[in-house]
Amino acid sequence: MSDDKKTLVEAVNLALDHALADDKDVVLLGEDVGTNGGVFRATQNLKQKYGLKRVMDTPLAETLIAGMTVGMATQGLKPVAEIQFMGFIFACMEQLVGHAARMRNRTRGRLTCPMVMRAPFGGGIHAPEHHSESTEALFAHIPGLRVVIPSSPVRAYGLLRSAIDNPDPVLFLEPKRIYRVQKQTLPEAGSRLPLDTCFTLREGSDLTLVTWGACVRECQEAARKLAKGGISVELVDVATIKPLDMDTILASVRKTGRCVIVHEAARSFGVGAEIAARVSTELFHELRAPVQRVAGYDITMPYYRMEDHYMPSCERIMSACSRL
Amino acid sequence: MPTTLDGGGLFRVHSGDVPFVRYLNPEGQPTQPLPSWVKDGQQLVAYYKAMVKAREADRKAIAMQRTGQMGTYPSCLGQEAPGVVYGSLMKPEDVLVPYYRDLPGQLLRGVELSDIYLYWGGDEQGSAGAGYGQDMPNCVPIATQAGHAVGIASAFRIRDEHRVVVITCGDGATSKGDFLEALNLAGVWQLPVVFLVVNNQWAISVPRHAQCGGVTLAQKGAGAGLPCVQVDGNDVIALHEVIGSSIERARAGKGAVVIEAVTYRLCDHTTADDATRYRENDEVHKAWEEEPVKRLQAYLHEQGLWTPEQEKSLQKQITQDIHRAVETYQATPLQSVSELFDYHYAETPKGLRQQMEEMLGGQNHE
Repeated sequence: MSDDKKTLVEAVNLALDHALADDKDVVLLGEDVGTNGGVFRATQNLKQKYGLKRVMDTPLAETLIAGMTVGMATQGLKPVAEIQFMGFIFACMEQLVGHAARMRNRTRGRLTCPMVMRAPFGGGIHAPEHHSESTEALFAHIPGLRVVIPSSPVRAYGLLRSAIDNPDPVLFLEPKRIYRVQKQTLPEAGSRLPLDTCFTLREGSDLTLVTWGACVRECQEAARKLAKGGISVELVDVATIKPLDMDTILASVRKTGRCVIVHEAARSFGVGAEIAARVSTELFHELRAPVQRVAGYDITMPYYRMEDHYMPSCERIMSACSRL
Repeated sequence: MPTTLDGGGLFRVHSGDVPFVRYLNPEGQPTQPLPSWVKDGQQLVAYYKAMVKAREADRKAIAMQRTGQMGTYPSCLGQEAPGVVYGSLMKPEDVLVPYYRDLPGQLLRGVELSDIYLYWGGDEQGSAGAGYGQDMPNCVPIATQAGHAVGIASAFRIRDEHRVVVITCGDGATSKGDFLEALNLAGVWQLPVVFLVVNNQWAISVPRHAQCGGVTLAQKGAGAGLPCVQVDGNDVIALHEVIGSSIERARAGKGAVVIEAVTYRLCDHTTADDATRYRENDEVHKAWEEEPVKRLQAYLHEQGLWTPEQEKSLQKQITQDIHRAVETYQATPLQSVSELFDYHYAETPKGLRQQMEEMLGGQNHE
């Protein structure tokens, strides 16, 4: 791969580019993904390179996009659909829950859905209403789906390549707040990352921070600051929300005895609750403090003038850690 | 067929109407000169046999439900004709995207009757049989299959395959956005799809006139730029003409057609429904006078193409076929408990395997 460093959105673009080049069954579809290259430019130049049969601008209809993606996948294509913002994904819910996630099971493997649905998600970019949601828990609840969230350019490339290879439906959520904040040198072209393994980004002995997506940045900052105060933090990037790699999380908490889970999504009934339940069940006697969650509040995502009050900040994370 | 007139500049004026196609009246008398393929009677006899078999298979399904041998079942009584026609006219490599009242068409597509019974008998294996080929399984959430149909047709287009999708749905499904979004795409991308709306007049308890203000349901295609046609859904000759030409048109790359087959649901919505709660017996009695089997039988008798001896031998054959299918269905063993978990992912994730072991071990904790 070239020495050029890439942002997260550029890594997504490159992963799509390489997948289209490597496998003629891979096709892209969505609103404005063709000529315009996507509103975030994730599909920039791909229609020009691979033609309109493989990079398709669809009519403005999310239910349709989800439905036709399922239909294409049952024919053995590997469609990668883009939903322009996660706030518009709810029209796809019936197709994801009622069809994509259950096609393999209800036909006992006769038909399958090797598809990826990509969507930018999360707050912090001062976007219009309905453009800042984090509702990964809704999808993680669905048997048969996979939910993947990268937190860096390297992981975006490797996880997206694996998601496209995967023979089952994958929801690939891209934290748009960090689309362009960091550049990394990507590994060799075609390299993949596993879809069932958390990434330990920092080793530590006093406390485990468990997070994913854009919140990885605030957690890294909090870990650095806590280190100055003598608190050694281990940082786990979950990355593959479903299936959830509890082995890595449990091994870390077994070592540190303390666990703080950080996510942007609303606190209640979320992925953090699932992790907390599993940690409490498995490690009840090893825990030195109750599992903590630092999350969004159970309120509608605030419009952008006030959104900072909602987001899990470094201060909120440090405060939770200091209480343990 | 609809046409567009140039209104100048950005403005275009739509005008057009929806033709209604019928060849046999309810008494089985031709209403216009018949197409040449009808003459030797072979295809018509095949349609007749297929409709009678479907009706008997349907009757058996209801009987099994009533005696506790099968679950809730949606009968196709009265609307056998569209299925036997599309089922005969599609090529094996085409794809059927059915709703859930398609037993007649599925049998002709090669689906085993025992698999249809197994499906309604509560077993996922009933959607897995080799007879389905690449056809989609029954679609229960209304109109959601419309997106699949245009997705499959898009796959054909991407791969330059000359295959056709036939999607069926009921009258109620045309009220859903899914249906209209799919028509829209089929129109703008010229996809090889035949939309077959089987208008049986009732969406559970809601009659056709309360479902939509349009004079026809077929005309919903006009907004998507698609040809629209209404056909007597109890007349196999008319159905053959309309569905056949639509499939050919789609295969030739000329795009989709919306067909509304006008028929009548002579039965309850499902075995869990009681249609006497919401519709008059008079209406149902009148509908029986127009049903497709009697109509075709009258024509075949009149033409000397079908005899009482043939009828007797057909009934005997069908009874044997259905008996065999019931035996196969009832002899199908329960799946193993692990199969409840095995088909969620190509490779079962570790956490899910642990839950399976819990279930197998009868444990109820993590």
